Amino acid sequence: MHELGITESIVNIAVDKAKEAQASKITKINLVVGELSGFVPDCIEFYFDFLSKDSIAEGATLHFELTPAQFRCRSCSTVFRPQDTIWTCPKCQSQSVEITKGRELYIESIEAK
Amino acid sequence: MRKIEVIQNILEANEAIASQNQRLLDEHKVFAVNIMSSPGAGKTSLILQTIAKLKNKLRIAVVEGDVASTLDAERVKNEAVAVVQITTRNMSENCALIANMISHALESLPLEDIDLLLIENVGNLICPSEFILGEHRRVVISSLPEGDDKPTKYPMIFADADAVIINKLDLLPYLDFDILAFRHAAEGLNAKVKFFELSCKTGMGIENWCSWLLNEVETNARKIISKGG
Repeated sequence: MHELGITESIVNIAVDKAKEAQASKITKINLVVGELSGFVPDCIEFYFDFLSKDSIAEGATLHFELTPAQFRCRSCSTVFRPQDTIWTCPKCQSQSVEITKGRELYIESIEAK
Repeated sequence: MRKIEVIQNILEANEAIASQNQRLLDEHKVFAVNIMSSPGAGKTSLILQTIAKLKNKLRIAVVEGDVASTLDAERVKNEAVAVVQITTRNMSENCALIANMISHALESLPLEDIDLLLIENVGNLICPSEFILGEHRRVVISSLPEGDDKPTKYPMIFADADAVIINKLDLLPYLDFDILAFRHAAEGLNAKVKFFELSCKTGMGIENWCSWLLNEVETNARKIISKGG
């Protein structure tokens, strides 16, 4: 349910940016969502239809670019893509890692008329 | 048709309010701790034990976040300097606490009379991890009956925690909870995390947790004073 507030922010940001650029209709919103962020694109879409109604974003398509998770090993600095819940470094087998990608949540761009 | 570049963090609004909250807390020398866990792990019990142990040293207030009811606020109201209940069921914004709700709560708290603010988040291991509130420390409680796989299943909440509390330690003889495996998984994503193994029921281990917390509060107060706050 925490997608509701997030979707509200998406609509507000998109509408503000479109107005700043003197656009009158938003046709597409390009979003970047990290695999490790707790946000579910389907839920965002569901709320979007409802929250964008009667705004210049009504009817816009949402495009989600999902960023895969990426970790860096704290022992040997190898950068790797974790497999499911296994975080072991493929090179040195260390299990101490830091998250370098996958927690993003931002609007990359909008397309407007 | 044209493309307008935006590159804007969607959580930015929450993060801006969280920074304002922290500034306000620092101005009044209030140290805030965001306590997160699944339902029933012992957030309210930990708050009660912490107040009992530290009330002669610190003036402690509590913000209670719940989806519904004021049961937790009732439990702590006689112990804390002040309690604010936030019920998220009627809020459109979110199920877990967000910075804006804390901003309102701070308006109704006597900040001049508070040293430590314990914020009990809504019982949930997913949503609270995405929303900072302006707190100085993030604490996650896991209790033995939940199983030792929680850091693997809900990694993000553990990745950002300053401290992880393993509660209900008195149940260890009856459960197959591998404390070392649990700690190993939580440390994997978070090299700086501190662990406290305790039981809110028997009081075992509470001392360690409280002395760490007291030290964090005092260190932060000194930092604010040396900055001329």
